[in-house]
Amino acid sequence: MTRKMSMKDAINEALDQEMARDPSVICMGEDIVGGAGGAGERDAWGGVLGVTKGLYAKHGDRLMDAPLSESAYIGAAIGAAACGMRPVAELMFIDFMGVCFDQIYNQAAKFRYMFGGKAETPVVIRTMVGAGFRAAAQHSQMLTPLFTHIPGLKVVCPSTPYDAKGLLIRSIRDNDPVIFCEHKSLYDFEGEVPEASYAIPFGEANVVREGKHCSIVTYGLMVHRALEAAATLAKEDVEVEIVDLRTLSPLDMDTVLESVTKTGHLVCVDEASPRCSIAADISAQVAMQAFGALKAQIEMVTPPHTPVPFSPALEDLYIPSGAQVADAVRKTLKGGKH
Amino acid sequence: MAGKNPFPLSRDELLKCYRTMGTIREFEERLHIDFGRGDIPGFVHLYAGEEASAAGIMSHLGDGDRIASTHRGHGHCISKGVNVVAMMKEIYGRTGGACNGKGGSMHIADVSKGMMGANGILGAGAPLACGAALAAKFRKKGEVAISFVGDGASNQGTFLESLNLAAVWNLPVLFVVENNGYAESTSRDYGTAVDSYVDRAAGFGLPGVTVDGTDFFAVYEAAGEMIKRAREGGGPALLECKMVRFYGHFEGDAQTYRGAGELDKIRADQDCMKKFRAQVTAAGVITADELKAIDREVLGVIENAVKEAKAAPLPTLADLTTDVYVTY
Repeated sequence: MTRKMSMKDAINEALDQEMARDPSVICMGEDIVGGAGGAGERDAWGGVLGVTKGLYAKHGDRLMDAPLSESAYIGAAIGAAACGMRPVAELMFIDFMGVCFDQIYNQAAKFRYMFGGKAETPVVIRTMVGAGFRAAAQHSQMLTPLFTHIPGLKVVCPSTPYDAKGLLIRSIRDNDPVIFCEHKSLYDFEGEVPEASYAIPFGEANVVREGKHCSIVTYGLMVHRALEAAATLAKEDVEVEIVDLRTLSPLDMDTVLESVTKTGHLVCVDEASPRCSIAADISAQVAMQAFGALKAQIEMVTPPHTPVPFSPALEDLYIPSGAQVADAVRKTLKGGKH
Repeated sequence: MAGKNPFPLSRDELLKCYRTMGTIREFEERLHIDFGRGDIPGFVHLYAGEEASAAGIMSHLGDGDRIASTHRGHGHCISKGVNVVAMMKEIYGRTGGACNGKGGSMHIADVSKGMMGANGILGAGAPLACGAALAAKFRKKGEVAISFVGDGASNQGTFLESLNLAAVWNLPVLFVVENNGYAESTSRDYGTAVDSYVDRAAGFGLPGVTVDGTDFFAVYEAAGEMIKRAREGGGPALLECKMVRFYGHFEGDAQTYRGAGELDKIRADQDCMKKFRAQVTAAGVITADELKAIDREVLGVIENAVKEAKAAPLPTLADLTTDVYVTY
């Protein structure tokens, strides 16, 4: 049975079902229960935006409020994972990764290789990404490329409630460290979600719209900007194909190459800063592996190379829009060898 | 000879601890020589002089208890039961090493022995040990975790945050500060504002004890009490072992920061193995000949480990890209 539910609720349901299925799954984070030690409601917040609300009532002390010490509790999640648990640690905003980055990229990511294949670190770090909340430069970043750069980490960024539930369940069952990126602007986005538990495999992109004229490769919130562009362009008799990568490491280049081979045009859309981004990576790989299929230059749509601004007037200009994506499609369709 | 044993360990246990300390000492002395000859690649940080800490603490642990070690980790590995041949092969960068040559001296690990890894990042082991202790708390088998840091890394945020986290979550973890007086080349007294780590522990709500880390029995007894308390749900504690480092921060360090005659003096007066020998022979529990027999045995063990390491094959291109992920 499927129901319409928000991405926030889909994530909550994935955690609930995995905690019920596997006693080694534990959750920790700042305010993930909220209210510990206070005189008021014990389950006060359920995460700063309420994503884990209600889980404490069902699973009790397997959800732990952490002191505001990201290095210590993210590191503890990693250490517990190396000792047989399956911790899901919540880092409130991906912007805080700088505080605990060593534990992620020097410890969790490297254990398996450094220890000659003899260690497993099945930890999931859930974290909020992306702009649109007027949350300014230190609470709005899309830092996905920092993590795809690191061998040993897996990076996931869903665009729909259905994908969020299936990919989070897969992340918890996975035996490698996973950075699970939740776009805050999508928490209230609703979609059909099966009630039963299901896992979506890593490294399988989703073609969310088929088309023959141009491929748009993207992920996360930008999938929805691409869909807006597709609706506009359809009125101009331009049919775009949209590839939602879903997991950024591993990366499903096969689906990307197949699409570009079909359409001959590529627009990469990324909410991350342009340099060394997912968009730049995809562009480079397509140029190397499918140059002959390209009928024109590759276009990239990204924010400018600036921090995320605060003023709503500026932030709206910062985040790539559907109109910018449509313009990029028109530009590559006008370009080319002929 | 059969003196009444005044120690908290049996004769067999005492001999075992001496063998452990002797193995560490000989392992490190041999690395010092082989590194000087250019046989060993990379960075090597020797534990010689600090053996009583590792042996005294690890005497209380089983394979289910976890330790998170430091860059100066050989002694912790040997005391925790990591195979000496596999360690030597690892340090030589060979196939069959503890990490198949992919980790090296600073990353030796054996999770099957509860050794969660030496660590090239100072202080990084403390959160990991908290995690091991958290896992132990959920498993409810009375297991504990030990976090080792030097006096230098005791100033890392990771370490200080971990003291608080362990206290807040009441984790079965013992923080051991191995204070050898030097944070790399800089004296402890310059880089750490407080004199006593007991004070620092108190600041985080933890009990703390300082012991003479060159006295095996002092370490053994203090660690035993704190580990027992942690196993029984009493929570975390901090143990400072005041000790000496017989070599530099790393091999190749000329140690010009030391005072004149300092090294000779600590070798003469603060050698934990000399002290152990004197204590057990004076009590009439173990004879000097028995200890010498162990010294000879250990020499053979290390000689064999070096031979095996040098004979082991080097890893090849096929090994370069394996073991990054469990699945990808």
